[in-house]
Amino acid sequence: MTPMLALVGVEVRYGAIPALREVDIEVRQGEIVALLGANGAGKTTTLRTISGLVRPSKGAVLLNGRRVDQVPAHQVVGLGIGHVPEGRRIFPRMSVLENLQIGAYHRRGVTQAELDHIFELFPILRERRNQEGGTLSGGEQQMLAIGRALMSKPQLLLLDEPSMGLAPLVVEAIFDIIERIRDEGTTVLVVEQNAAQALQLADRGYVLENGSVVMADDAETLLGDERVRVAYLGEGAA
Amino acid sequence: MTAPGTPAARPPAGPEAGAQPAVTWDERPTAWARLVSSVDARRAFAYLVGFLVLAVMTGPSGSSSAPTSGFTGSLFNPRVFWFIGLAVVFWGATTARHRYQARIRAWNDSVLALPRRLMPDKRVRYGFYLALLVFAIIYPMHVSGFWQQVAVQQIGVYVLLTVGLNVVVGYAGLLDLGYVAFYAIGAYSAAFWTGAMPVHLPFHLNPFWTIPLAILAAMMAGVLLGVPTLRLRGDYLAIVTLGFGEIVSIVAQNLTSITGGSGGVLGIPHFSVNLLGVHYTWGLGNLPYYYLLLAFVVLILVLFHSLEESRVGRAWTAVREDEVAAEASGVNVLKYKVMAFAIGASTSGFAGVLTASQVGYIEPQDFTYYLSILILVLVIFGGMGSLPGAVVGAAVLQWFPEFLRLHPLFGFQQQDLYIYLGALLIVMMIFRPEGILPSKRRKREIGLAEHGVGTADAMTTTTAEIQ
Repeated sequence: MTPMLALVGVEVRYGAIPALREVDIEVRQGEIVALLGANGAGKTTTLRTISGLVRPSKGAVLLNGRRVDQVPAHQVVGLGIGHVPEGRRIFPRMSVLENLQIGAYHRRGVTQAELDHIFELFPILRERRNQEGGTLSGGEQQMLAIGRALMSKPQLLLLDEPSMGLAPLVVEAIFDIIERIRDEGTTVLVVEQNAAQALQLADRGYVLENGSVVMADDAETLLGDERVRVAYLGEGAA
Repeated sequence: MTAPGTPAARPPAGPEAGAQPAVTWDERPTAWARLVSSVDARRAFAYLVGFLVLAVMTGPSGSSSAPTSGFTGSLFNPRVFWFIGLAVVFWGATTARHRYQARIRAWNDSVLALPRRLMPDKRVRYGFYLALLVFAIIYPMHVSGFWQQVAVQQIGVYVLLTVGLNVVVGYAGLLDLGYVAFYAIGAYSAAFWTGAMPVHLPFHLNPFWTIPLAILAAMMAGVLLGVPTLRLRGDYLAIVTLGFGEIVSIVAQNLTSITGGSGGVLGIPHFSVNLLGVHYTWGLGNLPYYYLLLAFVVLILVLFHSLEESRVGRAWTAVREDEVAAEASGVNVLKYKVMAFAIGASTSGFAGVLTASQVGYIEPQDFTYYLSILILVLVIFGGMGSLPGAVVGAAVLQWFPEFLRLHPLFGFQQQDLYIYLGALLIVMMIFRPEGILPSKRRKREIGLAEHGVGTADAMTTTTAEIQ
C-alpha cells in the first residue's frame, strides 16, 4: 500500500546552508506521526517543504503516490494538505469567522455545517466568532489556526508546534482535539518540542538531527529509547 | 508624546545627573527642572517651535541679495500670530486629549459609529449617498469658474487617482511610490492614439476610444512591473516602483522624437460624441468635464465597493495581514497582489486620459515623483482601505490649498504645499492616525497596535520567514 505521504531523499538548502539532508519520512493513512528534534534540526523546514512553501533541491514529496513538491503552495491546500504554521499566524485583524472562511478559500463557498463542525470541536470559537483574531488568547489562537486549516478539509494535517507558549492545561486540551481530529479520519503529522507528550499521542515518531533523520520507530519504542530519553525527555543518563 | 521637529524635547537631565551613589543631594528639583520635566511645558514648547518653523518656511521668501529678508519678513508678519494661535490651540487639544483620554476616545468611537447607527438600514444609507450625489451634481453649477476648474483638475482627477491607489496601498498593503508612472502612461497613450504625439499613426481616435487602450497599456505596465517585483516583500517594492516612476518620467523627458521631450505634447483633442445624430464636444468649459468625471468616479466607486466586499477583497485583506499564512491557506498571493497592482495602475492610466484630454497639453513635468507622494498622502489622510475616506481625503486636501491660496492672510504659494502637507500629516498622526474616515478594519488595526497586538503599518511585512 502506498503511504499517504512520503518524503524520499529530500534535501533542502537555504542558500548554501543545507537544512535537510536525504530525509525519508512516511506517513500512512489514519496515523499520528510525531517529528521530534532540537531547535534548528529541520522540523519546520520539513513541514514547509511538504506544504510547498519551500522547494526541495533534491528528492521528492509524494502525496498518495503523486509528486507534489513542485506544486505551488496555494494549490497544495487543494490537494488535501492543511498546514498549521509555527506561531499560529492567524490573521489578527480579521474576525474569527473571516479567518475560518479564508481557510476554505480554495473551495469557494462555506456551508454552515462545516463551520458548525469546527465550532463543535472548538466551542470557544463560536462564542468569539465576531471577535478579531488578534484579541484571542494564545490557546484560542492555536485553536483558530487548527480550525482554519481544517476548513480546507485536508486528508493530512501538518501541525507545527501546537503547544508552543501555551499553559499545560491548554496543551492537553489541544492534544485531545488532535486525537479527535485523527479519529474523524484526518491523518496528522505533528512537529513538537514537547517530545514526551507528542510521543504519547503519536503512533510513530521520527527524530531529526542537523537535518537528517537519525531515528524512526514506533512511538512507544522511542519513548523507551535511552538516547531519546537523554536528549529529548530531559532525563539524565541512567 | 512630543511634537515634530523639536530638538528640545529630551527627558530632563535632573540635578542628580552624574551623581555617585552614597553622595546625598537635594531631592527637591529646581524650578527650571520642574518646568523642563513638565510634560505640558515641553509639549507647548514643541508646538510653538514647530509652528514657528512652519510660519517662517511658508512666509515671504528672501532673495539672493538679501537672504535673511525672507526670514525677518515672515517672522514679523501678522500671520505669525495666526501660527502661534494654532500652536496654542493644538497644545490645548493635545493636553486635553491626554487629560480626558477615556472620554475623548468614547466620543471618538461614538462619532465613528454614528454613520452606522444613523444608517442601519441599507436603504437609508443608499438614500444618503444619493443625496450626496445630487449635491455633487447641483452644487458645482453655482460656483465660480475658478472653483469649477478646481473641481475638475484638482478634485475630480485626484479622487480618481486616490481611489485607485487605495486599492494598492489600502486593500492589498503594497507600497507603490511610482503610481504616477501609470498616470503618465495613460496620458501619453491618449496623446498617441489621438495623433498628438510626434510619432503617430495614420488614423486618429476619439479620446473615448483611447480609454480602453490607455487602461490596457497602464495595466500591462502594471503587470510587467508587478510580476517580478511583487515576489519581493515590503520595502523592495517601494524602491522598485520609485525607480519605475523616475524611469518613466525621464524617458518622457528625453525621448524627444517620440514623446516631444520636455516641450510636452500639445493639441490633444477633447472628448466628443458623434452618435445617432447627437454631436457633442467637451470643450474648454469645466462643467461638462466635471460631469463626465463624476460619472466615471461613481462607476468606479461602485465597482471597487463590490470588489472590496467580494472574495477578492477578503483575499487582499489576508495577503495584507500575513502573506505566508494566506499562501498556506490556499490564497494565490502573487495573483492577488498583481491584480491589485494592475487595478491601481489602470485607474491611474484612466485618470491620465481624462487629464490629457481636458487640459489638451501634457509635459513630463506633470508626472514627477512628488505627485506619487501627494496621492499617497491623500490615501493616508482619508483613511487607508476606505473608499469614502479616499474620496473625502482627496476632495478636502485638494480643496484646502486652493482655499488657502485665496485666503488674504495665508497667501498660499504652490511651493509651500508639501510643507503644509507634512505639518498636516504630523498633526493627523497625533490626533487621528487612522485617517479621517477609516475603514472599520483599519480602525481595529490601529486600536490593536496601541494595545501591542500586531503592527499598524500599511505595508504589513512579514519577517518571520525562514524556519
